[in-house]
Amino acid sequence: MHPAFSVIFLTTLIGVGQGLFLALFTGQIYDLATLLDVQLTPAFYSLGSLIALLFLVLGLVASFFHLGHPERAWRSIAQWRTSWLSREVLVLPLTLGLIALYGLFHFLGWTQPLFTLGEAVPVDATLIIGLAATLATFGLFLCTGMIYAGLKFLQEWHSPLTVVNFTLLGIASGFTLAAAISAWMNNGLLFFYGGWAVVAISLGLLGRGASLVRNGAIKHKSTLQSAIGVRHTRIQQKAMGFMGGSFNTREFFPGAGLPTLDRVRNGFLILAFPLPLILLAFSFLEQGPSILPLAAFGIQYLGLLAERWHFFAEARHPQNIYYQSVA
Amino acid sequence: MTQLALVIDLNVCVGCHACVTSCKEWNTSGWAGPLSDHHPYDADPTGTFFNRVQMYEVGVYPNTETVHFPKSCLHCEEPPCVPVCPTGASYKRPDNGVVLVDYDKCIGCKYCSWACPYGVREFDEYQKVMKKCTLCIDRIIDTRLPESERKPACVLACPTSARLFGDVHDPESEVSVAIREQGGYQLMPEWGTQPSNHYLPRRKVRIHIHADELVRADNPLKREDIVRETGETLDDVAW
Repeated sequence: MHPAFSVIFLTTLIGVGQGLFLALFTGQIYDLATLLDVQLTPAFYSLGSLIALLFLVLGLVASFFHLGHPERAWRSIAQWRTSWLSREVLVLPLTLGLIALYGLFHFLGWTQPLFTLGEAVPVDATLIIGLAATLATFGLFLCTGMIYAGLKFLQEWHSPLTVVNFTLLGIASGFTLAAAISAWMNNGLLFFYGGWAVVAISLGLLGRGASLVRNGAIKHKSTLQSAIGVRHTRIQQKAMGFMGGSFNTREFFPGAGLPTLDRVRNGFLILAFPLPLILLAFSFLEQGPSILPLAAFGIQYLGLLAERWHFFAEARHPQNIYYQSVA
Repeated sequence: MTQLALVIDLNVCVGCHACVTSCKEWNTSGWAGPLSDHHPYDADPTGTFFNRVQMYEVGVYPNTETVHFPKSCLHCEEPPCVPVCPTGASYKRPDNGVVLVDYDKCIGCKYCSWACPYGVREFDEYQKVMKKCTLCIDRIIDTRLPESERKPACVLACPTSARLFGDVHDPESEVSVAIREQGGYQLMPEWGTQPSNHYLPRRKVRIHIHADELVRADNPLKREDIVRETGETLDDVAW
């Protein structure tokens, strides 16, 4: 498939936003269970939510560049019964709204307990909104992943690993960003978020590695024989019917050779995983405010852009069988 | 339910591209707007087409055959492009099974083209919407046309009648009989899309005649055989 930058930015940016929100809410849950030795401040929650919102909105803006008719985008909520894209279009604003509400409630300090669960768990509005937003966030990961995983003849994508990796990589980048914000605010949460970021990055490497191994050994179901229905071991295309290129030759081919794909893969395997891990590890050794987690996040994001580019470029659409020879 | 479709006879197609040009001509002149071209007379021309004819060489030289392979939307019974459309612009007509795009609803997200394994959807770079073969829906349902002309432009243009058009759900239709009796098959059956368009395979048009087939050894009416009479015949009788 031809990697479209609008979609690459959409999926990576909203992944960061979703991951960052999950990091904030994980912090709140830990705080609630008094597992943290520092208090999370309303400033951190509201600033974090604002940054998460910023990433989600940037992703949404990027997605519009993929449309031929952005002014008709509202129509895309219609087919939520069958289309994962339609479901994503519904869940994305829902997630945005809930995260905005979550940040607003923390900003305004509306965190008085509404009631107490059992003996010791005070439930406030932010906890309820946060839970709803968490559900929406995971729903959004599911929708985004299923847009690709649901296309069964794009065999590189048609795997649960697609959804798992979108989720893991989103969470990894979000927790790294949370660590970067914590390090910048010097609020004592660097170890907490950095530690979880290390776990998420490692799991992301496992998941993405698994999909690379799977896709390397993939056996494509469609062949030239099944494509034109001629049973012969030796068939060669002599002409695709035109010489000037078409939508078929632009949209479905990566537009780069295998060496480029390999270079990009090696690039993201370094940028998105080991380098952020090393930078985070170094930041743990520092005292006071640190810029290293932010560097880790920046490098990781570049890596994720390359990762998503490779995700698209790697997928081989069966229609390409019909377009192997110009003349 | 009616399911209109094409049956393309690969044994008859000579690869003249008349179906391609007539398709382009009809569909670029219709009410739905042009099928736009980009740099049509320049170094790098490109454009929107619903139908193409490709060439394949089967076998090893000198024992090769050239297969001319027309390719357009197959109007699947289970079109994977339809359920993925977020707006409902892509739909399958309930009355005749033709898969269409509502150009006024399409947002141009291209997702349907990703969901089509055959690559028969084309994005119009000027109108910024997805387009595809309509089976000339504006011809085939136009009752003002004489019935013989209510056919897709490609079918009418084909000089060798390699393209048949009809209802594949009607077991007695010309297309159903052709599929049934001449080994009609679907493209990429592995995806369960159930394409309505079928192709008739290449088949041998030569027959091998054995010597004994020239004399009708099994003929019970011996009189039909060439008999050399000996002895007295009617002509020898003196009247």
